[in-house]
Amino acid sequence: MAGHGPKHSEQDGADLMKITLKIWRQKNAQDKGQMEDYQLDSVSPDMSFLEMLDVLNEDLVAKESDPIAFDHDCREGICGTCSLMINGQAHGPEKATTTCQLHMRKFKDGDTIVIEPWRAKAFPVQKDLMVDRSAFDQIMAAGGFVDINTGAPQDANALPIAKENAELAMDAAACIGCGACVASCENASAMLFVGAKVSQFALLPQGQLEAPDRVKNMVAKMDELGFGNCTNEAECEASCPKDISISNIARMNREFFAAALKANS
Amino acid sequence: MSEGKKIDGKVPAGALEKKWEQHKFNMKLVNPANKRKYKVIVVGTGLAGGSAAASLSELGYQVDAFCIQDSPRRAHSIAAQGGINAAKNYPNDGDSVWRLFYDTIKGGDYRSREANVYRLAEVANSIIDQCVAQGVPFAREYGGTLSNRSFGGAQVSRTFYARGQTGQQLLLGAYSAMMKQVHKGKIKVYTRREMVELVMIDGQARGIITRNLVTGELEKHHADAVILATGGYGNAYYLSTNAMGSNASAAWRAYKKGAYFANPCYTQIHPTCIPVSGDHQSKLTLMSESLRNDGRVWVPKKKGDKRKPSEIPEGERDYYLERIYPSFGNLVPRDVASRNAKLQADDGKGVGSTGMAVYLDFADAIKRDGYETIKAKYGNLFDMYERITDENPYDIPMRIYPAVHYTMGGLWVDYNLMSNIPGLFVLGEANFSDHGANRLGASALMQGLADGYFVIPNTLGNYFGTHSLTPADTQHSAYTEATAAAEQKINQLMNIKGTKSADQFHKELGLIMWEFVGMGRNEKGLNEALKKIPALRKDFWKNLRVTGETDNINIELEKALRVADFLELGELMARDSLARKESCGGHFREESQTPENEAKRDDDNFTHVAAWEYCGDDKAPIRNVEELKFENVKLTQRSYK
Repeated sequence: MAGHGPKHSEQDGADLMKITLKIWRQKNAQDKGQMEDYQLDSVSPDMSFLEMLDVLNEDLVAKESDPIAFDHDCREGICGTCSLMINGQAHGPEKATTTCQLHMRKFKDGDTIVIEPWRAKAFPVQKDLMVDRSAFDQIMAAGGFVDINTGAPQDANALPIAKENAELAMDAAACIGCGACVASCENASAMLFVGAKVSQFALLPQGQLEAPDRVKNMVAKMDELGFGNCTNEAECEASCPKDISISNIARMNREFFAAALKANS
Repeated sequence: MSEGKKIDGKVPAGALEKKWEQHKFNMKLVNPANKRKYKVIVVGTGLAGGSAAASLSELGYQVDAFCIQDSPRRAHSIAAQGGINAAKNYPNDGDSVWRLFYDTIKGGDYRSREANVYRLAEVANSIIDQCVAQGVPFAREYGGTLSNRSFGGAQVSRTFYARGQTGQQLLLGAYSAMMKQVHKGKIKVYTRREMVELVMIDGQARGIITRNLVTGELEKHHADAVILATGGYGNAYYLSTNAMGSNASAAWRAYKKGAYFANPCYTQIHPTCIPVSGDHQSKLTLMSESLRNDGRVWVPKKKGDKRKPSEIPEGERDYYLERIYPSFGNLVPRDVASRNAKLQADDGKGVGSTGMAVYLDFADAIKRDGYETIKAKYGNLFDMYERITDENPYDIPMRIYPAVHYTMGGLWVDYNLMSNIPGLFVLGEANFSDHGANRLGASALMQGLADGYFVIPNTLGNYFGTHSLTPADTQHSAYTEATAAAEQKINQLMNIKGTKSADQFHKELGLIMWEFVGMGRNEKGLNEALKKIPALRKDFWKNLRVTGETDNINIELEKALRVADFLELGELMARDSLARKESCGGHFREESQTPENEAKRDDDNFTHVAAWEYCGDDKAPIRNVEELKFENVKLTQRSYK
């Protein structure tokens, strides 16, 4: 977490920083792409990282250049839209923080910041820093649900769930599907994303009937879409803005082997 | 202003408690074999759109779902923090469907339809059951049962929650239900698509034109009915708690095709947001209202007191909500809490470097319940606050200030959630229906899911059962015309080649809206806004600059298209504010207040919905009126004292 140093004041301008940016520019999916340099002279430490890019984009539009395309939406760390490899780290240097919640006070006057898109075969670049993450939707459609229709299920309290399991399920369900785990993994593995969803349901009584199919189908889809394997480097956990634990991968593996044994018995 | 029509909300006859049940029986059904012959377009995949798409496809309808985001899971419902209401009465504290109905009607300052609100309260319990069945990990007690907490505007604990991420968990529930139907081939999802036109054939809504945000292509989509679930229009103020992409364009396209826009002046300013820090500010972040369960709101008693909060002794602090409203205290409804914060700031008692903030202090709660308990309840919110402000709220009171959050107004719909255009249905925040002039906390999630899971699956069938549809497809001339109109508008924007970016215009509009159509409104200011907004719009069409190409990802063009619509909608908001000479809920007309500065309604003249009808760009819109009849509750001056 941030320190409790003195509050920056915007009015005096004394704290404004000069920042050099090296940013990946790529016109479209077919373009080869290259890094380009940009200079900002008055970055306030109270700006969020994306507000700093907004300022750059306003500059670019003023110069009649094409602004930098990057994904963002809620800007409060929950929608999972924002991404960015910042100096080689997914979502930048602050632990458990999305890019939109990262603030410029984490950088120093004179810093050079390198900004690239997520790099993974399954997440092709669409333009500049925007990538196509629809592979995650396809994995979800392969089994990331409880097969129940809207209707009249039993009373919610008819199904007591141990608080401990509900809390662990919530820890896993907190995944925002941003793809940082894939981007930070040298194998571009989606095991943390899939493990989190499989774990949420494995920990709850709902949806147990289809549990073996769920894990098998989600893992098969993940492999089919070109995500790599897990080699236990734990980079995914380190870069996850929601602190999703790799114990969820272990739980998914147990579910997977249990499903395989069941199929063979 | 031209004299408007009287319009009918089509509320069914009978006793309030029996209306929905009886109506469900009276409505026509479509048999299962025929449902698969109908195609439905759902625009927006938040709680309302996602739940509607899933539920309708489960019934057998073919569903095409559209979102502007790169995945349906990212719709802005995901950011709702605090919770969802239902009258389960698990805590045994005297709750009932009737009490939830009553609190919601009263919270809305008696400006919503009784029958809609009763139905909302009635189906709320089923929403909780449905979400639990989907695997939504709600907070639980040690015995394994569901936990509840209290929220503003209620004296019972009826709010279900999943930490501070209730919206996220409910949306992922609806999204997973959608993905289940995608898996079965019953829903086709179109991501990164923005609706740019509504297509009507023989007076019925039959399709949409979308812009593919990746390729720039204008695409024609044909169906038998169109459902808009595209959220609210809070970004008309530029700064709001909405997502950056949240916009009113789909609703505005429908308005310009003849759909009435109801009560656009009803906007909700949420009391507990992180204050503005500078000109670079791109959005405002809300701190869940649940914080008011334990946090105490205060300002210094002395004007212009620049001491640190820790240096201000207890006796020199004014816990003004507790003082003015002893029975609800810090848990008064949002509009009341916001207005009081503004009154304190206007009076020179605001805190922080700008003076545009009040304190929300957890010191007493930490002393009473311990650090760990408060951390368990609000840890993620406290962390978020610290990331943004660089201050630790466990030690220093939070600084909060009101920010635009939710819009109660929206496209007019009848009891069946159908607009005045046959075949055009509107769900969730995009419609105007259930919250009157002020929405209570934890009621938005309830309404979005009620509309999508339980109302539209019933009422859509009745539409198909009672209307005949012209056989048509995307070859119909209506599609060619709508596409040409969209193309013409895009080319016009690209060819202005001025000097100012869309964001610059958006920020200017936001300042006008916040100053004149914000927390306090008066005739002089509104007339001022009605001069400034058209002038700004003129400037926009003369001096806008859009860089880039039309056949590629173009973020400037996306913004320009949305801002063009906000520049028209903003004017309608001001016009509606001016016409509604009373104060009610979030609409505070300074000319109409009680001696204690509370909103003073004028029931004799304004117990109605204003439903605005578009008459052309160069003509004033018509203010149609739906009278609100209260047969079950007595209209009183809201009191939270």
